[in-house]
Amino acid sequence: MARGGREKNGTAGVSSPLLRVEHLRTSFHTRAGVVRAVDDVSFSIGQGETLGVVGESGSGKSVACYSLLRLIPEPPGRIESGLALFGGLDLLHCSEKELRAIRGDRISMIFQDPMTSLNPYLRIGDQVIEPLLIHRKISPRDAFEAGVAALREVGIQDAAKRMCSYPHEFSGGMRQRVMIALSLITKPELLLADEPTTALDVTVQAQILELIAKMQEERGTAVIFVTHDIGVVSAFCDRVLVMYAGRILESGLTAELFYEPKHPYNQALQRSIPALHRRGAELRTIPGSPPDLMQPIRGCPFAPRCEFAQGKCVTSEIALKEVAPGHATACLRVQLGEIDLTPASVAAE
Amino acid sequence: MKVPNESRTRGEEEALGEAPGAAGEARALPGEPRRSSLWRDAGHRLAKNKLALGGAALLVILVVASVFGPFFLGQSYFAQDLQLGATPPSAGHWLGTDTLGRDLLARLLYGGRISLAVGLCATAVALTIGVLYGTLSGFLGGKVDALMMRIVDVIFALPFTVFVILLMVLFGQRFVLLFAAIGAVQWLTMARIVRGQVLSLRRMEFIEAAEALGLSKARIIFRHMIPNALGPIIVYATLTVPSVMLLEAFLSFLGLGVQPPMSSWGVLIKEGAETMEEFPWLLIYPGLALALTLFSLNFLGDGLRDALDPRAAKD
Repeated sequence: MARGGREKNGTAGVSSPLLRVEHLRTSFHTRAGVVRAVDDVSFSIGQGETLGVVGESGSGKSVACYSLLRLIPEPPGRIESGLALFGGLDLLHCSEKELRAIRGDRISMIFQDPMTSLNPYLRIGDQVIEPLLIHRKISPRDAFEAGVAALREVGIQDAAKRMCSYPHEFSGGMRQRVMIALSLITKPELLLADEPTTALDVTVQAQILELIAKMQEERGTAVIFVTHDIGVVSAFCDRVLVMYAGRILESGLTAELFYEPKHPYNQALQRSIPALHRRGAELRTIPGSPPDLMQPIRGCPFAPRCEFAQGKCVTSEIALKEVAPGHATACLRVQLGEIDLTPASVAAE
Repeated sequence: MKVPNESRTRGEEEALGEAPGAAGEARALPGEPRRSSLWRDAGHRLAKNKLALGGAALLVILVVASVFGPFFLGQSYFAQDLQLGATPPSAGHWLGTDTLGRDLLARLLYGGRISLAVGLCATAVALTIGVLYGTLSGFLGGKVDALMMRIVDVIFALPFTVFVILLMVLFGQRFVLLFAAIGAVQWLTMARIVRGQVLSLRRMEFIEAAEALGLSKARIIFRHMIPNALGPIIVYATLTVPSVMLLEAFLSFLGLGVQPPMSSWGVLIKEGAETMEEFPWLLIYPGLALALTLFSLNFLGDGLRDALDPRAAKD
């Protein structure tokens, strides 16, 4: 059968990445000016790997994610430059047809709000099997069976009957389960999850995370997990990118990123997690606000809010550089070995 | 009605839905669970709506009577009997005769052909052009959208009567032109309404999701967008039919529509209104026919809109 056709060689993970993104720049051309939402971002993800992308609102994490499948509304959006190599094909420059063949088949996406990401006018079943009907030669009956199986797999009771329900008969968590079933029904190699748990209750959030982790393990799907929730990242991701003002400030293995932060922004972010504060202590925030992305930024975008910033942070161009194996930072002073950052967990003691 | 049902306990719903649910599954299993689930479900829901069904039935009766009635009536719509003049309903002339002694029922049925044909055809034309144009405009967006909408604005700005007179002068007074003229005006509003709907749908997450799943543009438009825009489209369509019928009456009044001795409901109503005080039946019956048509269209339209919205389903 066509469905089981693609073999995954899980061992080749590190040497040949599943997706390699280089120098991605996406901007929005508005009347007020050009917003550089994603500014020279490079990263890669191996087969079966989970890559977390964290950052506050407006840091470009979602835009970067959408850019990979060219889902940015154009105009006003525009992908200015970059490469996104996926199995030898540049997603950013391939034809619309090639891209459509990949979307929903080899790369799928889960969206933030499950309440609005299902079509209210179509039955759940029709929506779940839609990717199969488009991307595979499959009879409606087989597709229906596959749909029932997919719903069962994501823990929906009475799946065969639920195929005939409409989205409004489902709760938020259930709908996100449906979305997961729908996006994984073609067994994609890569899943883009754009804040999939943000709109859900904490308890449901945990269930959904577990579900994604389970499905990922069973199928060897790689996941790019976009979120602003650092807690979720620490529990769920192999590697993490920290984004700020459209750039990557730090990247590394999850544990290292938390225990040995190499960028003041990362450190400050972790300090502001409420759970790490003593009871009654004042909540810590990062003073100032993110920079205006319409203005060109010289040097480090975080410098105006950084307690360690010096003149050179603003005047020199700073690139992401590896300071420990697999751990890169865009902090000039850390790169020069001038400062040593303490992890938030220690600082809170 | 809907809200309390929503809050009804799951168990109860499950118990109630047991048999139909199983049946639904059996229906969906063989063959095509895709294409038509929306329409089939809508059909089931419509079948439960008595008012809408009544409307549909009445509409069918009116159409059938207008199309086939004249063959059985044995009265001509143009034979005058000036001696007879206007008479109230009687055994010989069921709905009476007009001032020229013509049988009103015959005139009403023949007029119904014209009125219903104009109403339904012009609306169908307006619906098709308007929906396609509006959807395309809203979906493509940007400069294409701006251009397409400016074209609509320009046509809108043309004075309707001048436009029709122009058509008549250029192409001669033909009945088909009546359809063309009315259709050419009516689709504009439809296009605007649909475009507005599509624009708001365009940024909905499920449309983005559909795009992310690799659906083609055509599939997104026809499968995901148009069904979601159907509510306003149907309501507007049912409003278009009467306004088209009245437009036809207006054009006939100006001598641009149907010509005597042919008649239409609009023409009959106009004539009836002139002699309302002496011969009220000449106004009452044509008015009744038009009113009945409009009522049944409205009920049917309402029913269709509700039936097509799955969220209004459970009752």
